[in-house]
Amino acid sequence: MASSNLLEKNIRRMDNLFVYCEVEDGVVADVSLELLTKGRSLANELKCQLEAVIIGSALKEVEKQVIPYGADVVHMIDDPRLAPYTTAPHAAVLIKLFQEEKPQIALMGATPIGRDLGPRVSSALHSGLTADCTSLEIGDHEDKKAGKTYKNLLYQIRPAFGGNIIAWIINPDCRPQMATVREGVMRKQIINANYPSKVNHLEVSKYVSDTDFAVQIIERHLEKRKINIKGATIVVSGGYGVGSKENFKLLYELADLLGAEVGASRAAVDAGYADHERQIGQTGITVRPKLYIACGISGQVQHRAGMEESAQIISINTDPDAPINSLADYVITGDISEIIPKMIKYYKQNTK
Amino acid sequence: MKGLKIIVLAKQVPDTRNVGKDAMKADGTVNRAVLPAIFNPEDLNALEMALRVKDQIPGTTVTILTMGPGRAAEIIREGLYRGADDGILLTDRAFAGSDTLATSYALSQTIKEMGKFDLIVAGRQAIDGDTAQVGPQVAEKLGLNQVTYVEEIIQIEKSKITCRRRLDNGVETVKAPLPLLLTVNSSAPDCRSRNAKLLMKYKHARTVTERQEATEDYLYLYDSRPFLNIQEMTVNQIQSTPEQLGLAGSPTKVKRIENVILQAKDAKRLTAADEGINDLMKELIESHVIG
Repeated sequence: MASSNLLEKNIRRMDNLFVYCEVEDGVVADVSLELLTKGRSLANELKCQLEAVIIGSALKEVEKQVIPYGADVVHMIDDPRLAPYTTAPHAAVLIKLFQEEKPQIALMGATPIGRDLGPRVSSALHSGLTADCTSLEIGDHEDKKAGKTYKNLLYQIRPAFGGNIIAWIINPDCRPQMATVREGVMRKQIINANYPSKVNHLEVSKYVSDTDFAVQIIERHLEKRKINIKGATIVVSGGYGVGSKENFKLLYELADLLGAEVGASRAAVDAGYADHERQIGQTGITVRPKLYIACGISGQVQHRAGMEESAQIISINTDPDAPINSLADYVITGDISEIIPKMIKYYKQNTK
Repeated sequence: MKGLKIIVLAKQVPDTRNVGKDAMKADGTVNRAVLPAIFNPEDLNALEMALRVKDQIPGTTVTILTMGPGRAAEIIREGLYRGADDGILLTDRAFAGSDTLATSYALSQTIKEMGKFDLIVAGRQAIDGDTAQVGPQVAEKLGLNQVTYVEEIIQIEKSKITCRRRLDNGVETVKAPLPLLLTVNSSAPDCRSRNAKLLMKYKHARTVTERQEATEDYLYLYDSRPFLNIQEMTVNQIQSTPEQLGLAGSPTKVKRIENVILQAKDAKRLTAADEGINDLMKELIESHVIG
């Protein structure tokens, strides 16, 4: 497979785009595959290579999960002490590898792991890191004050300041340009099951020292996600305007009837109306259902970032000018405690 | 076990959680004046975690370190009212425009001036940026191990700390040697309320700048009650290179900011009237969106 690879004929070059891939029990995380997909298209635009980094234990053949997404090189480092994830050894590998390979861009998931690891690596390399990007683009930048023009920078785009603004962040002078992105924000897409790729096995002792293992994991209880909002075709979602945990029961009732999942805005989660795992938006889950029913959600930009690609949107809100209404296909002005029972009633009547 | 020296990293933030319609000015910039400045919520969780160690291990001290403008002294007072021993306000124009990396640098250089410590506790993230970067970056700059998303310290013994982390999909118990930096999750216990006695004791606590601006007649207090002096530090009191401070020390730059302007879709508008909702449900069923 690799013999026809252009890479081997060419001189190896630096300046590539790296994606740190998370692995749990031999399975590469969805967010990593999504970033590889995004990374592939950015790398095409930049005419550079896409390189994956996999750090863990018992990684035999795990590279086969990432290669179809277009990784030109897969760096692997396999040691029993490298799983489950702890900060120091994974950071040590990335820091040294990035010092050697000098990537121009490094991406990782905005997951508990990526958000623990990213800042550590960026601090050591003095490179800029932007958290929770909702979009990544390539573009130029002119620094008029310094009279300098920068070509092909990574625009790291994210809502900021309570979602009242969208900020385009750049790292003009420091490399790698680092960004984290939440699961579900980008879409994963296999480009070629037999993509020509080179696997580079790294030697543990060159990257990690014994002192990197000072933090020990004593116990872990991980659960498979109980609810699958991301995969739901219909989402009934509630915001602060729902008013109480009690009122949220109406949403569950409607969701049960429609075969939907219940989501929530951050304001509703902060108010204790719904669990954190149901939070939709920039710092929660991104969904693209067939139908999104927004109940009492004002629609700050962070929330919209997590649902604006829904095929159809119904907004139920007492405020006829709620920002979310501008996204909606149907705007129902009124109280959810009156409207949802009617939706339930007429759904039942019309499906009999 | 002898008491620990704990530093709590805290930030005063605009309350972005319930932003009203007047939060944006007509020119598209943020109207900070209408947003109340508050103690960052997860930093309060961090303070509580530190205070619980103090309750448990006699001789423990809790110092709040915050970087910000002069008015950020307010959160140090809030910390004192809840049981912190003292606080430091790091404030200087030289820090203006700092991104997370320049902030971490300034904080870590200040911590180096604060002498030996056992534990640094910070909130996981601040609500005005949600980056969760400053904690890990301070740890890296000080060469410390970090444990993030902590919700409970289970045990401190023989200079090792055992704590439970809250992850998206479960929990993890880890053991780590001191000195250490922890970041604390909102799932950790809420901070205790102000203590009435401490409120009386510290209500006149001021930084030197605040005292210069004050006209009150109790200024005589500060000589006889040293605990009322909130320590203020400027760039001159830390070792630093200018290239690593403020805007110059920030690798990330804001290229462009866009006010969020919504182009309204051509939506169908309904009320709670029965007929409209009946028609809507029929339409959704017929187009196979539902049912």
